[in-house]
Amino acid sequence: MPRLPALLLFAFLAAPVAAKEAVPAAADPVLEKRVIALSEELRCLVCQNQTLAESNAPLAEDLRNQVREKMRAGKSEREVVEFLVERYGDFVLYRPPLKATTILLWFGPFLLLALGFAVLLRRVRRRRQGTDAEINDADRKRAAELLAGSEPR
Amino acid sequence: MTMTRFAIPIAVFVALLALLGVGLKLDPREVPSPLIGKPAPHFELPQLHETSKTFTERDMRGKVWVLNVWASWCVSCREEHPVLLDLAASGAVPVYGLNYKDRREDGLKWLKGMGDPYKLSIFDFDGRVGIDYGVYGVPETYVIDKAGVIRYKRIGPLTPQIVKEKVLPLVRDLERA
Amino acid sequence: MIPELGQLALALALSLALAQGLLGLVGAARGDNVWMAATRPAARGQFVFVAIAFACLTSSFVANDFSVAYVVSNSNSALPLQYRIAGVWGGHEGSMLLWVLMLSVWTLGVTLFSRHLPQEMVARVLGVMGLVSVGFLLFILFTSNPFLRLFPAAPDGRDLNPLLQDPGMVMHPPMLYMGYVGFSIAFAFAVAALLSGRLDAAWARWSRPWTTAAWCFLTVGIALGSGWAYYELGWGGWWFWDPVENASFMPWLIGTGLIHSLAVTEKRGAFRSWTVLLAILAFALSLLGTFLVRSGVLTSVHAFATDPTRGIFILALLALVIGGSLLLYVWRAPKIGLGGGFEPLSRESFLLANNVIFAAAAGSVLLGTLYPLALDASGLGKISVGPPYFETVFVPLMAPALFLMGVGPLARWKQASLPDLVSRLRWALAAAVLAALALPFAMGRWGALVAMGLLLAAWVAASGFMQLYEKVRNAAGGVSAWTRLRSVPRATYGMLLAHFGVAVFVVGVTMVKGYESEKDVRMEPGDTVELGGYTFRFDGVRDVTGPNYVAGRARIAVSRSGSPVTTLYPEKRIYRVQNMPMTEAAIDTGFTRDLYVSLGDAVSDSAWVVRVHHKPFIDWIWGGCLLMALGGALAASDRRYRLAARRPQEQYAASPAR
Repeated sequence: MPRLPALLLFAFLAAPVAAKEAVPAAADPVLEKRVIALSEELRCLVCQNQTLAESNAPLAEDLRNQVREKMRAGKSEREVVEFLVERYGDFVLYRPPLKATTILLWFGPFLLLALGFAVLLRRVRRRRQGTDAEINDADRKRAAELLAGSEPR
Repeated sequence: MTMTRFAIPIAVFVALLALLGVGLKLDPREVPSPLIGKPAPHFELPQLHETSKTFTERDMRGKVWVLNVWASWCVSCREEHPVLLDLAASGAVPVYGLNYKDRREDGLKWLKGMGDPYKLSIFDFDGRVGIDYGVYGVPETYVIDKAGVIRYKRIGPLTPQIVKEKVLPLVRDLERA
Repeated sequence: MIPELGQLALALALSLALAQGLLGLVGAARGDNVWMAATRPAARGQFVFVAIAFACLTSSFVANDFSVAYVVSNSNSALPLQYRIAGVWGGHEGSMLLWVLMLSVWTLGVTLFSRHLPQEMVARVLGVMGLVSVGFLLFILFTSNPFLRLFPAAPDGRDLNPLLQDPGMVMHPPMLYMGYVGFSIAFAFAVAALLSGRLDAAWARWSRPWTTAAWCFLTVGIALGSGWAYYELGWGGWWFWDPVENASFMPWLIGTGLIHSLAVTEKRGAFRSWTVLLAILAFALSLLGTFLVRSGVLTSVHAFATDPTRGIFILALLALVIGGSLLLYVWRAPKIGLGGGFEPLSRESFLLANNVIFAAAAGSVLLGTLYPLALDASGLGKISVGPPYFETVFVPLMAPALFLMGVGPLARWKQASLPDLVSRLRWALAAAVLAALALPFAMGRWGALVAMGLLLAAWVAASGFMQLYEKVRNAAGGVSAWTRLRSVPRATYGMLLAHFGVAVFVVGVTMVKGYESEKDVRMEPGDTVELGGYTFRFDGVRDVTGPNYVAGRARIAVSRSGSPVTTLYPEKRIYRVQNMPMTEAAIDTGFTRDLYVSLGDAVSDSAWVVRVHHKPFIDWIWGGCLLMALGGALAASDRRYRLAARRPQEQYAASPAR
């Protein structure tokens, strides 16, 4: 009997301690970080252009679960990606793999830039040489026409 | 290069127009299967009707067969069901079903009401086998040859035209091999 | 009655647009003053009737007229008034009508502010715009009529997509379309120039304010779209390189190249054929964007309900308008001539290099967007190209442009001296390096990418200050600094502000990408979570009812070192009509950071999943865009344009370039 008041007191004191630091939503936050990081580079196959990470579609959830399981079992990012590509093809990757068919894609932008600068340099150099002579000739002719009284049309 | 450079923009533009024109006929959401020409992934699943028995793709070695992925909650599956019933009735090729992410009772009820074209159906509760087969939408249909290699995949409901033009000729060729 | 009136108004607008097109172009070709003079009233008439049609559609929405099919698919009687109005452009048909309205508004603007331009040029510009209007009005009347009736009328509508029920929706499409459509003016000027053979500094001065204005609107439109995605979609992202986003970004990139190119053509008469080409390309990309969004050729969250028939029509329109103008370019551009000469090291060449970079950037975005289609069409497989690609490619491409932004404005026209530039910019460089080395530590840790971003941003800002400082310092003695500052032309301030906006933007992007953090936690009432120095306390969820939704609203108390900062109320809504769940994030906006909280699912009776984000400097992204747009507006309203506008029609003495 004398224990009861002590118990009650203890229960009363313990109550406010219920509020605490929130626990991570995922069971294993470190693993989850890896899962999300990879899922953000993968495509949800049934959505209108969304990543696997943000989609709520059932298939997306299934695939995220597969990614999580495989990573938990120790597979690397590359192995998980291989697993998905085997089944769904390159379509599932938002970062297109570098292959013969995607060389133009990956190097195109830099080729464009290089080509643009090459053309630019050549034209600027030629312009420096060519402009003066051109102006003289054309101008001379127009000047002659104007002086002769006929309006150039 | 001096004067022809002015023609480069229009040349590029025409190529672009051609690409976009072709693009109008394509479906950007279709995911072609990388499994065509590869061995059908292994599975061993319980059957839908007789839960104590299992079925694996190895049971079908030496035979040409069709695997159809269906579910009771799938609306388009209703569209293709008569086509499957016809195909099964014709005896041209055995049709097996993969009940994808469904509830057993729902699946059984559906077959009872719609008719059962399948020699048997296997029950893929969590969709794992579906993922192995690259399933992303239901219905999908596979034609698998005697060596257990996937030869054709139809994404979406089967139509009589597709059965006539793609499935049956392929089955005939595979049977002869 | 009203929908039929709207349809009639569109048909009348079509005939007026046709008149505008023919009177303008044929009149100018024949030199017929009567015809050319008639172009303006025709253009104004077109505006009136398009406005009437738009008003009719709006009134059908406001009055909940569910006998109109388009109203049924985009509205609902429980929809609040502002979203009933925004619903007018919520679907494909109505947004096309908005497009045409914007086109007629710009056309009206040209008729009002072109008194000082030669009649022949105005007639041609209006003529081209008239033909573009004809194309779009035909498209609406034949494939995308928003006034079609539904028999029998529906009892109620299917509601506007909940994602669109939001203030961003009210402003984003109109701003964006003002931009897209505004480039049609630059396009019209370019075609007019090609047709007349007259392409020189005066032409550049006339088309420049219009182009800059369109660019401003597009900047604001894109920024609004990005900001809207950020607070509406609930996952904290603000740019996804989605095909539709790219479709708006490409004209912006080319448009930026164009306004810089016009500067050179105006000041030095150089780059003429290149400027004309850019003007054509900017509008071409606007049209391409229209095609991509509505044809179903690419998958996107933003795409309207797609229809290949509409796709074919737009493709044909694209072929006619752009193909036609590019053919004209092949024929006429060689006669344009080169213009003033310049050295390899000069402001001209820096600006030209800038153009090359922006064109390459636009080309890369186009490449990435269309590559999957190209591979699929050639049977070479199916791939996806997403943010990882674009980010890898785009950032290195833009870095040189940021460098040039510091050097270009200080370089002399025609011939610049490298030692001179180096000596003038050495302090700016020092400031930039210092910022790159030191600032990251203020945020907690140093990173190479962050340092790079800060280096470039500080470089742009510091060199901008140098430019201003030089203007004040170099003026003749005896004049106060304030007078000197006031004598700097508005256009220069515009440039400085816009470039500064770019620096602010780069800081925002760099800091957010370098230092953002998030935590995904399970919270019971009373639980707290710490992030970025802030404490978030979850106080439970209560049920609330909105006009057309029910929601669970959480209360999150935010504090820092014990003192309260704010209270946030993220929601999880279900919109009744479409039964669609939506996350409504709660954001505490700050100058140096955003606190972003979104509610996940309930995992038990009292516990919910809550995601908190700390996003440093993220508002500098949109702040930077706003500064860019303001800079552009300043530049477009420069004295010389307003003075020219007040002068009677310019005596155009120079002969056309042949």
